[in-house]
Amino acid sequence: MSKPVDNLDKIKQSLTRRNRAETRFRWYGRIAILIGLAAVIVLFTDIISKGHGAFRVTYIQLDVHYDQDIIGVANMTDPAQLADGNWDAVPKSALRSKFTDVSGRRDKRKLYALLSNGAGFDLKDRLVANPLLLGQTESIWILADDDIDTYYKTWLDGEPYAARMADNQMAWIEQLHNEGNIRLQFNSNLFTRGDSREPEQAGIRGAIMGSFFTLVLTLMLSFPIGVSAAIYLEEFAPKNRWTDFIEVNINNLAAVPSIIFGLLGLAIFINFFHVPRSVPVVGGLVLTLMTLPTIIITSRAAIKSVPPSIREAALGMGASKYQTVLHHVLPLALPGMLTGAIIGMAQALGETAPLLMIGMVAFIVDIPAGFTDPATVLPVQIFLWADSPERAFIEKTSAAIMVLLSFLIIMNTSAVWLRKRLERRW
Amino acid sequence: MSKAATVAKKPKKTAGAKKKAADQDLQISAEEVTVGQSFTDKPKMTMRNINVFYSDKQAIHDVSIDIAQNEVIAMIGPSGCGKSTFLRTLNRMNDTVEGCRVEGEICMDGENLYSPKLDVVELRARVGMVFQKPNPFPKSIYENVAYGPKIHGLADTRVDLDEIVENSLKRASLWEEVKERLHQPGTGLSGGQQQRLCIARAIAVSPEVILMDEPCSALDPIATAKIEELIEELSQNFTIAIVTHSMQQAARVSDRTAYFHLGKLVEVNPTEKVFTMPEHKLTEAYITGRFG
Repeated sequence: MSKPVDNLDKIKQSLTRRNRAETRFRWYGRIAILIGLAAVIVLFTDIISKGHGAFRVTYIQLDVHYDQDIIGVANMTDPAQLADGNWDAVPKSALRSKFTDVSGRRDKRKLYALLSNGAGFDLKDRLVANPLLLGQTESIWILADDDIDTYYKTWLDGEPYAARMADNQMAWIEQLHNEGNIRLQFNSNLFTRGDSREPEQAGIRGAIMGSFFTLVLTLMLSFPIGVSAAIYLEEFAPKNRWTDFIEVNINNLAAVPSIIFGLLGLAIFINFFHVPRSVPVVGGLVLTLMTLPTIIITSRAAIKSVPPSIREAALGMGASKYQTVLHHVLPLALPGMLTGAIIGMAQALGETAPLLMIGMVAFIVDIPAGFTDPATVLPVQIFLWADSPERAFIEKTSAAIMVLLSFLIIMNTSAVWLRKRLERRW
Repeated sequence: MSKAATVAKKPKKTAGAKKKAADQDLQISAEEVTVGQSFTDKPKMTMRNINVFYSDKQAIHDVSIDIAQNEVIAMIGPSGCGKSTFLRTLNRMNDTVEGCRVEGEICMDGENLYSPKLDVVELRARVGMVFQKPNPFPKSIYENVAYGPKIHGLADTRVDLDEIVENSLKRASLWEEVKERLHQPGTGLSGGQQQRLCIARAIAVSPEVILMDEPCSALDPIATAKIEELIEELSQNFTIAIVTHSMQQAARVSDRTAYFHLGKLVEVNPTEKVFTMPEHKLTEAYITGRFG
C-alpha cells in the first residue's frame, strides 16, 4: 500500500489532467456553437443584403391625361368597352408629352420601355375606381420597368448596372432624377399581387395564400389524425409485436425522403382518386402524409412525459380509461403536442420537393381564393424565381426567402413560447 | 379498538455467524400455511387462494384472508414481499399493469370482483385508493376533491358539490388549512397536505373500503402523525387496508396485522398479538429487526 501523501500527489496530478480535459471540452462546445452561429449570420446577411432592395421599387411621376378618344371608352360601366380600351396608349402619350423631343420608332420604343408594361392596366384600375377622372389630367406616380428599376437602384448606389440600358434611357433617367420625378417607393405590389413574368409586377401574395390554404388543410388533417394515433398507441394499444411493428414503421415514415411522398401523392391522389393537380387540396394531403409521423412521434413523447402517478390517481378514483386520458393526460400533454404540430407545420411550410411532383410548381398569376384554386406555395415560388433569367428576380428571390424565413421564425418562436407558457410542473 | 402499545425493540447486535444461520431460517417452504386468525365472521371482503403473476414470475402465492367491516388491517413485510401487489388486487389496479394476471376469488359483500359482469369503474368508486407518493391532479384543490363526485354524477347541483367538497376536506382534516384557497393548485400544498388532499379526494365518493399504499413513506414525522390520526378517525366509517413499511405505524393504527414474506401470507393476528407474541418465527424475526 502506498502512503497517503503519495496518493495525494497522484490525485493532484490527475486533477490537473482532468481539469484540462474539461476546459478543452468546453472549448469544443463553444467552437461548435460559433460555427453554427456564423453559418446563420452569413446566411442572413447574404439574404438580407441581396433582398432588402426588393421591398422598394422605382416609380416615375408623369402627367397623365385620360383621353376618352385615345382610350376609346365612353361609358365607364360597360365591361365590354373597358376590355377593348386602348389602355397602353395612356402612359405612352404621357411619356411622349413629357419628352417631346423624342422621335423615331426605335427611340420611342426605348422611351416606352421606361414604364412597366402593366402601367396601362394599373391606370385602367385607377380609372374604374374613380370614373370621374375620365377626360381629366392628373400627375401620378407610375411603376417603372424592372430594367429601369435595377439601373436606378444601382445608379443611386454609385455602381450602375447598365447592361440592358440604352444611352438615351440613362439620360432620361438622369433628367427625371434631377427634376425629382423618379423615386423609390415601398413595394406594396410584392405583398398584394400574384406571380408575373415582369419582375416589377410580381408579388408573393399568391404564394402566401397557396401556402396558407395548403397548411390549413395539412393542420386540419394531420393534427387530429396524429394525436388520435399517438393517444391510441400510448394509452390503449396492447404492447405486442404488432404495435412494435407499427412504431418502427412510423419512424420509417419520418425518414422517407419527401420527394417520395410527392410521387405517392401523384400516384394515389391525382391518378387514382382524380384530385385535380396544382391545388392546395392535393398539396395539403401530401404534406399531411409527411407531417403525420412528426406529429405522432412528438405527441407520443408528450403523452409519455405525463407522470404515471396522474393516471393512477384518476384510475384509482374510478375514472374510465377514456376519462383518464381526456381529463388528465391530454390537457397535460397538449403543450407538447401543439409544439410538435407547430414544428411539423414549419417543416411543411418549407417543403418544396413533394409539391413539385403534384404540379404545384405551375406559373400562376391569379391569387388562389380557396382550396381548389390552382396555387403554388412560398418555397416553390422561391424556386421559380431563382430560375428566372431577369436580373430583378435576384432580389425578389431573396425577398421571398426573407418572408418565408420570418414565417418560420415566427412559428418556431411561438412553439417555444407556447411550451414555456403552458408547461406545468409537478 | 385496541392498538398495540409497545413495539419490540431491535436487538443491538447481530453477529455475522448468527446472521448466516438466520438467513437459512428465512427460507419459506411451499407447504407453509398461514397461521393466526385469517378469517372473520362478518367479512367485508374475502380473498381465497389468490395467486398473482407478473408474466411468468409469481408474486403472490395462495393467499387467503378476510377483511372485516370497519377494521383497519395493516400489511407489513420486507421489500418485495408482495404486500403492495396484494393491496392492488383489491381494486383491480393491477389490471393496468402489463402482463399481470390474478387467480383466485376476491369478493366484496359476496360479489366477485373479478367477474366479467363487474365494471371496474364501479368497483373503484367503492374501493378507493391512496398512493405512496401524493399525487394530486395539477388542478385546483376544489377540482381535485370534486373530480370523483363529478365523474360519478354524485352531485346534482353546484351547492351539493360544494357541500361534498367541504365535508370531504373536513373529514380529511384539511378544511381549516385550505378553505381560503380552494381554487389554488393542489400541487402547491406541502407533502403532508397533498396526501391529505388525496385522502379527501378518495373519500369524496364515499367508498366502502379505502386502500392505502404506504401513505406516509414520503412524509416527515409530523405529517405522518396527522395522517395516522386521520386513519383512526376514518376507521369509524370506512374499512381500511394499509400497507406500511413502518412497524410502529402498523402497531399504532391497525386492528389486525398481516405479515407477508416472499409472496406468502405468513401470519394474520390482532395487532397486539403480532407485536407482542408473534406465532410464526418469521414474523418474530421481522418485528425484532433481524431482517427487513
